[in-house]
Amino acid sequence: MDFTTQDLTDLFANLAGRMAAERDALCALDGLIGDADHGIAMEQGMQAAAAAVPNLATLQDQFNAAAKAFLNAVGASSGPLYATAFMRAAKTAGPRAAMPGAETPDLITAMAEGIAHRGKAEPGQKTMIDAWHPASEAAKSGATWPEILRAAQSGADATAQMQASLGRAARLGERSLGHKDPGAVSACMIIEEFAKVLS
Amino acid sequence: MLTQKLINDGNHAVDEMLRGVLAAHPKHLTLASPRAIVAKHGPRPGKVALVIGGGSGHEPTFLGFVGKGLADAAAVGNVFASPPPQPIVDAAMAVHGGAGVLFMYGNYAGDVMNFDMATELLEMEDIEARTVLTTDDIASSPDRSKRRGVAGNVFIFKVAGAAADLMLPLDEVARIAAHANARTYTMGVALSACSLPQTRRLNFDLPAGEMEIGMGIHGEPGIRRGPLKPANDVADEIIDAILAEMAAPKGANVAVLVNSLGSTPLMELYILYARVAERLAAADLTVHTALVGPYCTSMEMAGASITIMHLDEELAQLLDHPCDCAMFRVG
Repeated sequence: MDFTTQDLTDLFANLAGRMAAERDALCALDGLIGDADHGIAMEQGMQAAAAAVPNLATLQDQFNAAAKAFLNAVGASSGPLYATAFMRAAKTAGPRAAMPGAETPDLITAMAEGIAHRGKAEPGQKTMIDAWHPASEAAKSGATWPEILRAAQSGADATAQMQASLGRAARLGERSLGHKDPGAVSACMIIEEFAKVLS
Repeated sequence: MLTQKLINDGNHAVDEMLRGVLAAHPKHLTLASPRAIVAKHGPRPGKVALVIGGGSGHEPTFLGFVGKGLADAAAVGNVFASPPPQPIVDAAMAVHGGAGVLFMYGNYAGDVMNFDMATELLEMEDIEARTVLTTDDIASSPDRSKRRGVAGNVFIFKVAGAAADLMLPLDEVARIAAHANARTYTMGVALSACSLPQTRRLNFDLPAGEMEIGMGIHGEPGIRRGPLKPANDVADEIIDAILAEMAAPKGANVAVLVNSLGSTPLMELYILYARVAERLAAADLTVHTALVGPYCTSMEMAGASITIMHLDEELAQLLDHPCDCAMFRVG
């Protein structure tokens, strides 16, 4: 089954709704190890992206519009990271009104690469990459959407046992142990919304 | 329980604040775009443009330090969030005078990514932008390059702004800015949490009777939590840490800032300052400049920070150079 511009419009609407619903929980999680604003940034960014994507002709245009809208609404660290992710997804989707469903896991790989490039993060540093990287590896190996999601979730779960070495939580050292990284948790929510629309 | 704030709508708090700032200070400030505040006087051809910025919620940092002799413009982010690249570019384009742009802001991952993206966008317009990060919070890391930028910003920006106002070239302004940062040391103590206008929930949990030494200006956990102590003991702990690292020779000149994180009143700041002055005198250090008040806040957080800048002749002269900003003046 094809993944169409209408599907992507629906997906961003779902992402905006999901982030609004999870906002306070993400802020509380961020408050344990950071500055308590992650939920607000994700809600604002996804709302702006959802408003930017309807009525565009191609998936590429939609992802690029989402990137710009997310970035300008948010700034912060999630702004550049997700803007770069969406720009990479735009390139992968290409100037098409639809892409074959079988190619959609490539979007996850492209987004993960964009985030790693912009944030200069490696797996194991207690960041959103700890969810995106295993999801991307699963996607590359031909996994199904439920498998990709499970890979992201176990990656995010593992961040509770990691000591942050990058980003704002890096200043905490051992005190970041025991709490999941909020960026990895919201990454799983995003991948879950992709999986719901695509599987 | 939700915290009590004088706001209309938490989602519009930053923009409503900016409307008030512009209405109150029309002689000093104007807008280049909705989140790019520029100085009415100061930017001019041939002068290095100093552009600062960061998240809101720290007022008067950053926008209060825009004016002749200090920063030419500030990019304004959401509460505790870096501005995106566009307002940074708008600010730089509005004030650059053909001699390059110096970006200065606190060392936080989000700010670095957004300002770096802005630098790439300016390159396409053939405008050279360089960056000097502030890293004065000695509690945030043993490694200076990994430290956060906090209240010491005011001294560091002041010195760089003076160098730019004296029409020094970009290389020299950047060198002086980095030199100022390397000699600035800050440490804070938090007594109660702050809350974001959108959530109105306290952003960390600090039990009654406790304080946290080394807490960041966004509520990032500090280095030690313990029972609240008398002001002199808190001042001693902070001054001990700063003096140990600063290692200034006897007779050196310093600039001192005792800063409120938001709700701690001047009475308590001056009680702290009295001890700080005693300690510096005992160490044979001469106070060249003293600032006491709210300079870098964390909304309604209670607590204070102490900053010491180890001066040399060049830094002292640049600190004394006049500046005229909406919320800060010298001379």
